Amino acid sequence: MEWANQLCENRQFGSKMTDSKYFTTTKKGEIFELKAELNSDKKEKKKEAVKKVIASMTVGKDVSALFPDVVNCMQTDNLELKKLVYLYLMNYAKSQPDMAIMAVNTFVKDCEDANPLIRALAVRTMGCIRVDKITEYLCEPLRKCLKDEDPYVRKTAAVCVAKLHDINAQLVEDQGFLDTLKDLISDSNPMVVANAVAALSEIAESHPNSNLLDLNPQSINKLLTALNECTEWGQIFILDCLANYTPRDDRESQSICERVTPRLSHANSAVVLSAVKVLMKFMEMLPKDLDYYSTLLKKLAPPLVTLLSAEPELQYVALRNINLIVQKRPEILKHEMKVFFVKYNDPIYVKLEKLDIMIRLASQANIAQVLAELKEYATEVDVDFVRKAVRAIGRCAIKVEQSAERCVSTLLDLIQTKVNYVVQEAIVVIKDIFRKYPNKYESVIATLCENLDSLDEPEARAAMIWIVGEYAERIDNADELLESFLEGFHDESTQVQLQLLTAIVKLFLKKPTETQELVQQVLSLATQDSDNPDLRDRGYIYWRLLSTDPVAAKEVVLAEKPLISEETDLIEPTLLEELICHIGTLASVYHKPPSAFVEGSRGVMHKRLPARTGSGESTESPDVGTAAGGSAPEAAPSIIPSQGDLLGDLLNLDMAPPTTSGPPPPTTGMQMGGMDLLGGGLDSLMGDESEPLGGDIGGSPAMGAGFGAAPAVMPASLNAPVGGGLGDLFDLGGVGMPMGAYIPPKIVWLPAMKAKGLEISGTFARRAGVIQMELILTNKAMSVMTDFAIQFNRNSFGLAPAGPLQVLTPLGPNQTIEVSLPLSTVGPVMKMDPLNNLQVAVKNNIDVFYFSCQYPISMLFVEDGKMERQVFLATWKDIPNDNESQFQIKDCHLNSDAASSKLQGSNIFTIAKRTVEGQDMLYMSIKLSNGIWVLAELRVQAGNSNYTISLKCRAPEVSQCVFQCYEAVLKN
Amino acid sequence: MINSLFLINPSGEIFLEKHWKSVVSRSVCDYFLEAKEKALEPEDVPPVIHTPHHYLISIYRDKLFFLSVIQTEVPPLFVIEFLHRVAEMIQDYFGECSETVVKDHMVMVYELLEEMLDNGFPLATESNVLKEMIRPPTILRSVVNTLTGTSNVGDTLLTGQLSTIPWRRAGVRYTNNEAYFDVVEEIDAILDQSGTTVFAEIQGVVEACVKLSGMPDLTLSFMNPRLLDDVSFHPCVRYKLWESERVLSFIPPDGNFTLMTYHVNAQNLVAIPVYVKQSISFFECGSDGRLDVTVGPKQTMGKTVEGVMVTVHLPKTILSINLTATQGSYTYDNGTKVTTLWDIGKLNPQKLPNLRGSLSLQAGAPKPEENPSLNIDLKIQQLAISGLKVNRLDMFGEKYKPFKGVKYITKAGKFQVRT
Repeated sequence: MEWANQLCENRQFGSKMTDSKYFTTTKKGEIFELKAELNSDKKEKKKEAVKKVIASMTVGKDVSALFPDVVNCMQTDNLELKKLVYLYLMNYAKSQPDMAIMAVNTFVKDCEDANPLIRALAVRTMGCIRVDKITEYLCEPLRKCLKDEDPYVRKTAAVCVAKLHDINAQLVEDQGFLDTLKDLISDSNPMVVANAVAALSEIAESHPNSNLLDLNPQSINKLLTALNECTEWGQIFILDCLANYTPRDDRESQSICERVTPRLSHANSAVVLSAVKVLMKFMEMLPKDLDYYSTLLKKLAPPLVTLLSAEPELQYVALRNINLIVQKRPEILKHEMKVFFVKYNDPIYVKLEKLDIMIRLASQANIAQVLAELKEYATEVDVDFVRKAVRAIGRCAIKVEQSAERCVSTLLDLIQTKVNYVVQEAIVVIKDIFRKYPNKYESVIATLCENLDSLDEPEARAAMIWIVGEYAERIDNADELLESFLEGFHDESTQVQLQLLTAIVKLFLKKPTETQELVQQVLSLATQDSDNPDLRDRGYIYWRLLSTDPVAAKEVVLAEKPLISEETDLIEPTLLEELICHIGTLASVYHKPPSAFVEGSRGVMHKRLPARTGSGESTESPDVGTAAGGSAPEAAPSIIPSQGDLLGDLLNLDMAPPTTSGPPPPTTGMQMGGMDLLGGGLDSLMGDESEPLGGDIGGSPAMGAGFGAAPAVMPASLNAPVGGGLGDLFDLGGVGMPMGAYIPPKIVWLPAMKAKGLEISGTFARRAGVIQMELILTNKAMSVMTDFAIQFNRNSFGLAPAGPLQVLTPLGPNQTIEVSLPLSTVGPVMKMDPLNNLQVAVKNNIDVFYFSCQYPISMLFVEDGKMERQVFLATWKDIPNDNESQFQIKDCHLNSDAASSKLQGSNIFTIAKRTVEGQDMLYMSIKLSNGIWVLAELRVQAGNSNYTISLKCRAPEVSQCVFQCYEAVLKN
Repeated sequence: MINSLFLINPSGEIFLEKHWKSVVSRSVCDYFLEAKEKALEPEDVPPVIHTPHHYLISIYRDKLFFLSVIQTEVPPLFVIEFLHRVAEMIQDYFGECSETVVKDHMVMVYELLEEMLDNGFPLATESNVLKEMIRPPTILRSVVNTLTGTSNVGDTLLTGQLSTIPWRRAGVRYTNNEAYFDVVEEIDAILDQSGTTVFAEIQGVVEACVKLSGMPDLTLSFMNPRLLDDVSFHPCVRYKLWESERVLSFIPPDGNFTLMTYHVNAQNLVAIPVYVKQSISFFECGSDGRLDVTVGPKQTMGKTVEGVMVTVHLPKTILSINLTATQGSYTYDNGTKVTTLWDIGKLNPQKLPNLRGSLSLQAGAPKPEENPSLNIDLKIQQLAISGLKVNRLDMFGEKYKPFKGVKYITKAGKFQVRT
């Protein structure tokens, strides 16, 4: 509009009547001068004076001293003057509450004014004056305004309720304003509806469970109607509100989607993204074979692409959200790779996000393009960006197997540039490529070795050392290379030290003849001269291993490594689902659930995608249903990147794929319990085994104690068998209950009243793999009791006494005896209700007594309940989603490690742990004595004492009992 | 919702603050200023910053930072969109958006901000509505106001605010009824060394200037609407009719507005109007390099390419340059980024403009690692490069005969040539 612009310029630039004249010097008498002017008789002069006051205020000068004088100007017919005074009032009323009262009368009067503009202005301003005393006077005018005939006043009043709620929530509830606000959702005017929704949403944020926005099909319909007619901002509020609704069936879902789709063409990007959120969520409920489903998928791509041509700040938020959408539904944008190509002028924050999405979209079809781009980026100026681009090439190699060769040669080209940070990044990613494709690209090792000297970053050095150790047999001078690192051993970072230790041990196992000296040197450096417990422990393990059984050492250290996973930084499926429900919010920008960071969100409700439910008539095959609803199992393989079992740890403890966080979880791999020591579950050993081993020494009590005398002897007798120590260590871990399984306190099962003087109290325990019923029999009668015997009714898990009740001596009056009765699980089975109910009959010389008791199901958790990771994944996928149940454990203050070791005591085994954005996810397995497996996911949030646990089991009825056990174990 | 707004100049000075809820101390901006210090360029400051108690969402526009403070979960796009509206409002009212202009009209800006949000909820962001409530400054009005004592603030409730067409006020009267539409297309493209298109798309926008009396109902149709890949409309456009008939039917706002924006990203459809032959090389030893750039017309559909400008982003280690241009002039900027801006002007197909010469590096500096990059700016009048054409404009609802006009223009957007 060039001609128009010019016109505007001509018109406006003549004006010299600017506000700068209000900024006169800050002389001392200024306030007095203003005071005099404010009290002037002339209207015009008054107004000018108020303007001067406001001008001072906007730049942060304190003009609160003029409060009474300014308030005096309030009584005026001049709207501008009135507005100016209001502006002043809003700013300073809080600091002068007593004076502010002076203004109340005018407000109340203005709320009755004939002009709706004035009425609205009064109620609006009054709400902004955050003074308790004023709020009391506000209630009546507000009530009237909420029912005002003029929609402009009503919509202003709706917002005012939110303001008032912020100041005094109780008052708003007592006065019934919330109900009036809810009524406004059915208002005839769309703007009023939008504002009511906005106000309610804001209030609801501080009352997560209040059901303020109780949505039902009728109110949804009203919202959808208002959606078409209200302002762009109102549309955002309404769409965000709609996203909280869960439609009853796929038909309703589809009809809502149809009515929301036009919003994708709105000029306001926030409207577009909120619409995307609603669609992404409701789409979940649509059957995938529906035509509409694929139509909708197609409609989502263009608006998302358009968002990327907006201003960079908008692009950034859009990209963060697209990152989520691509993970959830890669099909939407799979053909749009090119729009994510980085432009020279993009701000760095946009560049980095684009790169991330490019890798997610990389596939065999487009890999050539992607690689060409990445290579281009690797020559850019910005170091962070270049590094990320180089890493991205490595990720492409791992993700798209067909491209691996090309990626490797690209990386080699980059290494040839000799740009220091490029070389280092390239070496780090090549190490990952070696792990993914063993024995394929070793020809490049020579080139890598040339750059050994230029590596100064720990990660790159460690990667290089790993490569040398791993391929020691093919590198002629491997010993020299490693020896050169050894010189400055103590100056290296831990990561490099650990890697060097492992690499030299590998080298020794491969070329034992020439490297004996070297390995002794590194072992003594690690065990004797180092303060680092990790390093010392690993040194001792190798030492023992090498000296006890070199063959076993070879098997362990040179074992085949588990493959690394393709995508290492996918968001946890459950978290992803939650984030999809929060598209467009801050949560989506930070990729964290709102509960993790929004201050003042008092217990945010976790949102989940709706499960797919068909409407009555629609008949669809059951597998379609599971597929659509079961997004978690679909993506399950990525939950646990396949790295880090014992072998992985020994070999690669510090070489985990780049983005995996958290310590590598302990696993099953081997029969030795001692593996925890390596795998990071150190505390479970520390807690309880230091005692038998004697003493807490430094960071590694078990080791320290077990090997008390070892170091002195070892170097000399490297090949001599060394008894005891290590074996003990490993055996101990395997023993049933290091932690002591949870044992409920004893309770009275049979009161003396009911059993002719015999009182039985007891509990159940699992000790060393044997279930024990621990009884206390008390004779409260006057006569001696003898001939005790016990029998169980058939029960759910076939519990039966494994022997007779051992009460050998007669039980005299007032005598008490404690007996423990071993139980077997091979008795007759009958399902009980509750499941863990046990009916018992006890006989003595007097009579037979019956009682029933409930045993904690954890008694039945067997010691070999630790599932293989792969099996776990497969099983988790395999169990239908309907069998999943979720529970909350409240007020539990353990951290995840403590929880894990505590649970392990009761044979609840942690298979893997991941930390995502401050939330620890523990994956656990349990095996019941009758062979039922229970899989669990426990989510622990730092600083939040409520745990969430999801249980999956083929026999879902046990879930409730298992949950009770969790609760009992964790709280005791 | 939006708690506060701070306007900050590039040197980090806060020159305006406005709070819509309780007052937030301006010390909260320290987190932002810290991030700003870290960023190489003002453009690189991350738009969302997390502080212990607040979120800071900012935009950088017209060499100013617009920083908003929020305390609860608010859609960040909502905030960013709003901040852009504030900038547009200032531009719209005072002709430009700059620190001086804001300082000159401090009170009015403050009044406007108060009208735009209530308790952090948007109240009136449509320029038409705002202008009714607070009239923009003009010489005439200032004089009249001073003489009569009337104010710039409207004192009646606007009909437009409550109708279902909030963008148009009632009772508009013009003696000359006219409606102009500008179809402006920008080419975003990345060309590689050999001149092959790596990526290209067209961002189009239809800007309108409608000065029609009463309540006109317009219908605008295109010859080839299916060309467009994605469209977004001003709220006035009836989406249903676009879906079914591919016509734009709307009651227009009064004055200037953006009717629609669109997107054409089918790569083979995008014509690239110019080609660039370039060679920038540095000698392996010694501290010298050469630059040679030629620009020529490619697919111009027979139109003249004007306003051609080439920006060469050079490595930082360059000390000085010595170039000759056969056409136009060049300037050299050796600030945080080293660039050469070559202003060519009109492209003459008979005599292609060329810029060549030598580059000298700082003594002892190694051969630069990064590849320089070129950005092209250009303009083609009377051409929409996508081929989009307006078919006709019809008016219903009013009896008079308006004057109608359509103009096309093509520009370079983010047009980048790699070397």
